[in-house]
Amino acid sequence: MSDATLHDHDARLSACPACDAAPLAQRIAAAKGGQGEVILSLPTIHCATCITDVERVLNRHPGVRAARVNLTLRRVAVDAPGLTAEELIPVVESIGYEAHELDPAALSASAADRQGRDILMRIGVSGFAMMNIMILSVAVWSGAEAATRDMFHWISGAIALPTVAFAGRPFFSSAWRGLRHGRLGMDVPISLALILASAISVYETLHSGHHAYFDAAVMLCFFLLIGRYLDYRTRAVARSAAEELTALEVPRAFRVTAAGDEPVPVAELSPGDLIRIRPGARIPADGEIAEGSSEIDRSLLTGESIPVPAGPGLALSAGEVNLTGPLVMRVTAAGRDSSLARLTALVAAAESARGHYTGLADRASRLYSPLVHLLAFCSFLGWYLTTHDLRLAVNVAAAVLIITCPCALGLAVPAVITAASGRLFRRGMLIKDGTALERLAEVDAVVFDKTGTLTMGVPQLVSLDPIPMDARPAALALAQGSGHPLSQALTQALREAGTEPAALTDLREVPGYGIAGTWQGRELRLGRADWMGAEHGDATLSASWLSLGQEAMPIRLEFSDRLRPGAETCVARLLASGRRVMLLSGDAAPVVRDLAQRLGIADWRAGVTPLDKAEALRDLDMQGLHALMVGDGLNDTAALAEAHVSISPASALDAARTASDIVLMGSDLAPVAEALDLARNARRRIKENFAISLGYNVVAVPFAIAGFATPLMAALAMSLSSISVTLNALRLR
Amino acid sequence: MQILGILIPVSLALGGLGLLAFIWALRGRQYEDPKGDSQRILSSEWDDHPKP
Repeated sequence: MSDATLHDHDARLSACPACDAAPLAQRIAAAKGGQGEVILSLPTIHCATCITDVERVLNRHPGVRAARVNLTLRRVAVDAPGLTAEELIPVVESIGYEAHELDPAALSASAADRQGRDILMRIGVSGFAMMNIMILSVAVWSGAEAATRDMFHWISGAIALPTVAFAGRPFFSSAWRGLRHGRLGMDVPISLALILASAISVYETLHSGHHAYFDAAVMLCFFLLIGRYLDYRTRAVARSAAEELTALEVPRAFRVTAAGDEPVPVAELSPGDLIRIRPGARIPADGEIAEGSSEIDRSLLTGESIPVPAGPGLALSAGEVNLTGPLVMRVTAAGRDSSLARLTALVAAAESARGHYTGLADRASRLYSPLVHLLAFCSFLGWYLTTHDLRLAVNVAAAVLIITCPCALGLAVPAVITAASGRLFRRGMLIKDGTALERLAEVDAVVFDKTGTLTMGVPQLVSLDPIPMDARPAALALAQGSGHPLSQALTQALREAGTEPAALTDLREVPGYGIAGTWQGRELRLGRADWMGAEHGDATLSASWLSLGQEAMPIRLEFSDRLRPGAETCVARLLASGRRVMLLSGDAAPVVRDLAQRLGIADWRAGVTPLDKAEALRDLDMQGLHALMVGDGLNDTAALAEAHVSISPASALDAARTASDIVLMGSDLAPVAEALDLARNARRRIKENFAISLGYNVVAVPFAIAGFATPLMAALAMSLSSISVTLNALRLR
Repeated sequence: MQILGILIPVSLALGGLGLLAFIWALRGRQYEDPKGDSQRILSSEWDDHPKP
């Protein structure tokens, strides 16, 4: 398949807005239609060799019709009807590139992309028109007279009118929408200036007047469209990265049928279905265990860091992770009815409540727009009453509108936001919302979640000392055989101590209990206390037990949660800046106290329910504090939506990432403190930009009102203010 | 001044040509993967057998 047909497919998907809104229908269509498109994310590719390697190996694979790498997005689109991602990933991995499946249904980038190309096209057209008109205008400004000047004006008009009609459409339609709802946005003076400038220029040209504003009208389009494009780019980059994070979790379940297991999209599950859940998989729907025993990691939902033993009859919620043994689950609520989906809906409701925040640009335009109209109208009235010359009065009013027209104001915010979010993006932070940066600048209290946020949510062995030297190789071999997080932590600790695994026989995992094997005729066990007849002891620390045969006493191994890198620096910097720092966790008090003391957080609370968290944030709000919430779990989502601004790590649940304004891509927490400083800087730059554009107006407007404004002046004021605003924004990079 | 009659159409035509090239490039999705395109020219994969 060629590139063109590939994109035709995209266009078809997004040509139907209802399809985008109904993922269920789309997934069913995708499953049946056999579109044969697999999209893989390739996080490690970076060079020309990588592109050719990946494309060559995929094209050589039987059944693949075409493969095309997109290096900008670090993805490969493979056209392979009948092949699944599971078959293609090993092909790419065989030549040493990491590959992950992406859910095409979650990647709706094509519709957004069309919007970006649309703006780019308008920028291009107005740019070319501007260059041509400017050549003619310079001739007029430098003294072309009579018939020559008229001819130049006619040619300019012939270029400018279609250009303004085409390039100005986004402003016209948005101004019209605003007017119909009784709002006077920034687009109304823009549209009025464009229309008035074009109309007057045509009139003046007809009557061989001296001044025509064709160049100003086209230049206005050009500069304002650049502002629009910057604004769009920032949001598109953030959105596509956020979409990619979502798409990495392909929602697929394995339904148990008479003919064996059948993979189905999660959206097609219905209550009563039996599904199989492999160890390590996230549970896709609410339900009840029908068969099998295992351990369940509920940390994302409740904040508890210790896995819960699970057996038949236990209720499971979507979003929990099955750890050790395979389970068969009977679905009780799926799709839109599952607790996860209900929570996402709640979050969406809470988010729309927060959507009332108005950015600095909106506030500025609310003041600016009526003022400009009033000014233009007054100068029209003034000139008409004193000279009774309608043509002159309209001319002056148009000059006022063009000169005050917020070229620089339109660029002021997008240019700063683009520069700032670009810098944050390089530090591993993704801004999903344009106003998030402005809200971040106002933060004076920071609330952290514990598990998965300040800590990695990954256990680490406290000490290797309890294990005798001679038993370590055997312990390593045992631990390697299990996917349980505690076993993996033990494996890592032993590897770092330089241990080589011993040869074990009869290695087997006992789901829900642990792993066993035979070594030198002794049976070794690694797992839960009651499996070895040991006392469980202190329940607040995660612990595992190692038994070296029947006669020896089982050894207790303690694990603690590993601190997220940068957490200490981040908290220290926040405290040093005088902001209030709080720790809210659903976990037990001793663990939370321990962590709070390590980080120096005085204000901590343990055993907090999701509702308590949201309540705590509302309290802060009542005290007049603007709170930043950093959290990753389902138990944080209400609080994330409630907070003034929120951040979640990329490892968070989809619901939490949806609820937060900023996603932390890397595992390092240190950029959070930097982001707060950068946000303050950005806000300062935005205000400076407003001052710059206002400054130009204060100088130029009196000339316009006095009737001295020439098209040359309009062009100069406009370009100078736009360029200085952009340069000022670039200082942030 | 006669020269204007030739130069102005010529300059407009050149500008128009540039615009057409831009539109063609945009329609052909050449702005889709700028990073990849800058790397692809280094590949010798299709030199002897141009891509069909």
